[in-house]
Order: sequence, then C-alpha cells, then structure tokens
Amino acid sequence: MNPLIPLFVVVPLAGAFLIMILGRFIRDFHKYFTSLVLLFLVILSFYSLFNSDGNVSVYKVGGWEPVNRIPIGIYMVMDGFTLILLCIVNLIGFLSVFYSISYISRYTSENFFYALFCLMIAGMNGVVLSGDIFNIFVFLEISAISSYALVAFGVEKNELEATFKYQVLGGLASFMILFGIGFIYWKTKTLNIADIKTALGTGNDKYYYLFVQILILSGFGLKAAIIPFHAWLPDAHSSAPSPISAMLSGVLIKAVGIYVIFRLFFNMFILTEAMAVLITTLGTLSMVVGVFLAIGQWDIKRLLAYHSISQMGYVVMSVGIGMILISRGVNDKIATLAVAGGLFHLINHAAFKGLLFLNAGAIEYSTGTRDLKEMGGLSRSMPFTSATSFIASLSISGVPPFNGFFSKLIIIIAAIMAKFYLLAALAVIVSIITLASFLKFQRYAFYNKPQEKVKGDIKEVPFPMVFSMVILSVMCLLLSLLAFPGIREAVLSPAIEILTDPGRYSFQIIGF
Amino acid sequence: MTVYLLCFILFLVGLYGVITRRNLIKIAISLSIMEFSSFLFFALIGFVDGGVAPIVDPADPLKTYVDPLPQALVLTAIVIGLATTAMLMAVIIRIYRKYKTFDIREISNLRG
Repeated sequence: MNPLIPLFVVVPLAGAFLIMILGRFIRDFHKYFTSLVLLFLVILSFYSLFNSDGNVSVYKVGGWEPVNRIPIGIYMVMDGFTLILLCIVNLIGFLSVFYSISYISRYTSENFFYALFCLMIAGMNGVVLSGDIFNIFVFLEISAISSYALVAFGVEKNELEATFKYQVLGGLASFMILFGIGFIYWKTKTLNIADIKTALGTGNDKYYYLFVQILILSGFGLKAAIIPFHAWLPDAHSSAPSPISAMLSGVLIKAVGIYVIFRLFFNMFILTEAMAVLITTLGTLSMVVGVFLAIGQWDIKRLLAYHSISQMGYVVMSVGIGMILISRGVNDKIATLAVAGGLFHLINHAAFKGLLFLNAGAIEYSTGTRDLKEMGGLSRSMPFTSATSFIASLSISGVPPFNGFFSKLIIIIAAIMAKFYLLAALAVIVSIITLASFLKFQRYAFYNKPQEKVKGDIKEVPFPMVFSMVILSVMCLLLSLLAFPGIREAVLSPAIEILTDPGRYSFQIIGF
Repeated sequence: MTVYLLCFILFLVGLYGVITRRNLIKIAISLSIMEFSSFLFFALIGFVDGGVAPIVDPADPLKTYVDPLPQALVLTAIVIGLATTAMLMAVIIRIYRKYKTFDIREISNLRG
C-alpha cells in the first residue's frame, strides 16, 4: 500500500471544489491556487518516479483485501509506465496553467476554466493510475466531459461546432468501451486488469476475444484519434484556447487513448499477431495520412493538430512492431528497442507539441490571427516565441541534437532490425515532409516580410507565457538525455519491462 | 438469446439515428438510445435465471443469486450518462442561439 497514490486524484478534485467555493470571495485566488496544486502534483510525481526503483506499488481503495486470492476492491496501480505518464500529465499541466494566468485573462468567468482544468487533470491521473477497467472508464469520462467544456470555452460559432462533433464522437467511443467492458466481464466475471489476464489465460474463445479487442481498439482509438477515427481532433484542437490545445494534444490523447491501448493490449489481452499487425497498420496509416493532411494547412493550430495525428502514428507504429515481435515470440531485444522508441517518442511529443501549441497561442495573443498568410516578420518583435518555436520545430522534425531526433532514430533502427524496411522508409519520408511543413511555418510566421495586418507594434507576450515556453524548450533539449544509458535505465526501462514481459504485471499485483 | 439480440438492435437503432439524422436534438436522442442499450446489456449480463436479490440467507446456502456488480456499474454509468447528456444539451442550446437553427447541414464553419 503506497499512501501517495490516491493523492494524484484527490488533490486536483479537491482543488476544483475549492476554486468554485473560495474563488467567489478571494480575488485572483483561482489563478495562483491552481498553479500551486499543479506544482504540488509535479513534485509528487517526480518524487515517486525517482523513489520507485522500478517497483510496482498498489493501493487498494477502501482497504478491501483479496478473498481467496481473488481481488475484490478497486486497485490503483503505480508502475513504470504509469509514472512516465503521470510526470508528463502534471508537468505539461503545470506549465499550461502558468501560461493561462496571462492568456485566459481575456475570457470571462476564469474560475470555471481553472476548476475544469483541475477536473481534467484528476481524470487523466485517475485513468493512468487505475488497475480496473471500469474505473478507467469512469475517470476517462471525467476527463472527457471537462475537456468537452474546455474546448467550448470561447462559446463562439467555431468552438461550439467543434465541441459538438467532439462530444458525439467521444460519446460513441464511450459506448464502444462500455460494451467492451461488458463483454469482458461477461466471460471473466472480474474487472481487475491483472485478474482478467489470468482468467484469459485459461479460456480459448478466440473469436469472442477478437471481437472484444476490436471494440476496445476502436473505442480508445477514437479517443486517441488514430487515423480512421481522427475527424474530431483538428476541429477540437484548433478551436480550444491554446493552453487547452496544448493539454489535449500534449497529454489527453496519450493518457486516455494511447496509454490505455498499450496497457490493455500488453497487460490484459493475450497478444495475437493479427491484432498486432492491425495496430501497426493503423499507426502507419496515421503517420503517413496525418502529415499529408497537415501540409496544406494555413491555420497554425490546424497544422499542428494534423501533425499530432502523424506523430502519434510514429508511437503506435513503433510499439506495434514490438507487439508483432512479442506475439511471434522471437527477438525480444528488438521488441524491447521498438517499444522503447515508441515510449520515448511519446514523452518527447508531449514536450514539443505542448510547446508548439503554446507558441501558436502566443502568436494569436499578440497578433490576433491564426492564419499563416496574414503574419510575418515576427522574429524581431517576438524574440522568445520565435526562438522557442524554432527549437520545437527542429525537434518535431527530428533534427539533432533535439529530442525528436533520438526517438525517431531509435524507431527507425528498430524497424530496420525487425526487417520492416517499408515502415522504416516511410518513417524517414514522413520526417522529411514534417521538416518541410515546419520550415513553411517558420518562414511565414517569423521570417517573411510583415503583412498588412501585423504591421503595428507587436509586443512580446507577458512573463508567465514566456516562462512556460522557455521551460518546455529547455525540456526539448534535456529529454534527449533519455536516450543515453544511466538515465534510460531509471526512467524508461521499468516501463518497458512491465509492458514487454507478459506475466510480470499480473504477478506483481495479485501475486501469481 | 433473443433479449441480447433485441439489445443489439436497440444499439443499431441509436447508431442509425446518429448517422442519418440532421437535427441536433435528434442526434442527442439517438446517442441516449445507444447509451441505454449498453445499460440494458450490463443489466442482462448480471441476470441469473431464477436468481434472487443477493442478500445472503444462512438458512439456505444453495440459493442462486443474481450478480449485483453489473447493477452497481450501471448506476455509475447512468450518472455519467446524465452528465454527458446535460453537457450535450447545453452545447445544443448555445449552438441554437448562435446559428438560429438545429440543422447540422447549416452548421459547418470548420472544414479541411
């Protein structure tokens, strides 16, 4: 029993409650209080990361001990993979909130924004911590409902249309997930992920579980915006306020989509080659189609949103290659490398895509437009935004020495070693197109001649926004250290071991 | 088996509504129908033929009980469903105020 685990959910929930109550009486309470809550969570998550020593710790809600070795309570599980996600969620959350202190001041009813933000953080922390599939569904809905409200925060025409689309598709995804959970419970009579794993090991209803797997994959695929399910993402990401876009793209699609897919397919279902191939195909499709959709965009945030789809494709493809190798039972080393590349890219994507959306917000804040054709020459008037977005653009396109280069390198090496030459070639080509697309972004936004609309005196954004952007750009550089031995063992290895070793997760939690 | 089939048909009715209807309110209703088909499914998987409410009777240890867990899950899911429906309705009212229509074909600012 690790008493720190419930704090990740309780603290932001209590924070949201207090903001609504005390925010009425104390002026500017919500701004600083939310930052404090998130800062506390960041410290807590990094403390847990460096003190875990690769162990799995379990918290049984309500103290219900297993009866006859069958778990009956709700389990909250903190392992290596969870810790990585917790650190990303809370760190990007903290920087976005700090950024919002200036950014959100032009909207009305700010206290609702901060309360919803805390709820969204609570939901995401809950999803990554729970070891029980129904609990995952509950927390997923908490984060989803608050993100629907946050996307519509501007309540203008575009925001409302985007959030309606997002809600209908998100609702469909929820029902698919609910049906999937129902089908799993019907056969196994348990909801605990580790317990389901052992129950699935004895049964042999191959086609039944194939159906369940496809239901679950389409449900969480909709949440993660993998390519056939991506329709809501560009609208929602481009209409939301920029700190929320950074949260949605940087962490929400990972925590409630990609994380759950990996967790369930590695640690709950028995990996079959057919499903592994399907996941890899979807990942490759997202990677290629996403970048081609991105290249024609002139709205900065839409461009970044399509790149999110493409970069998530890298993650899913790489981990999918690992799944194929594990399901064949060969080449454990290469499988480990492929999964490592995927997870590493997932961490990096949170840093650089969060930063790019914050940059887009800064540009919109100063110039009042998101259209690339209407801006230009901003590098002189906005030096910090220009420099940080340059770093982010280089790291998303995979230019050394930034973090994106190392993760893409590992992914490509793993694909070549696993003899998926076509996928390796596609990864390289997509990376080059990404570079082209971001050179366009840099040129039109920062280096071209200033257009009519931005001729007036454009000022650099206020300090809180600059601070968040600078911290994230430093992270883009520092995260490349994760590729080197020493740090890699401390951060990435526990996560990779828990995913790639089939029996390890359930053994650590229920003890057999 | 017929009951499960009917439950699935209810799901398909909802899905058909979401795909074909043009009115925002009707889409919301179709989503609710889908939602309730999944609640019904949960209630069905907990049902045991001839089972009674799970209050353990020490005098008769061989009694069959229905599975109480899916009912607890459905209660949770209903509460969540209420929240999503309320949120969706709030958005629809806002959309109506901005666009003066419920027709989804006329609400298409975002493309590409």
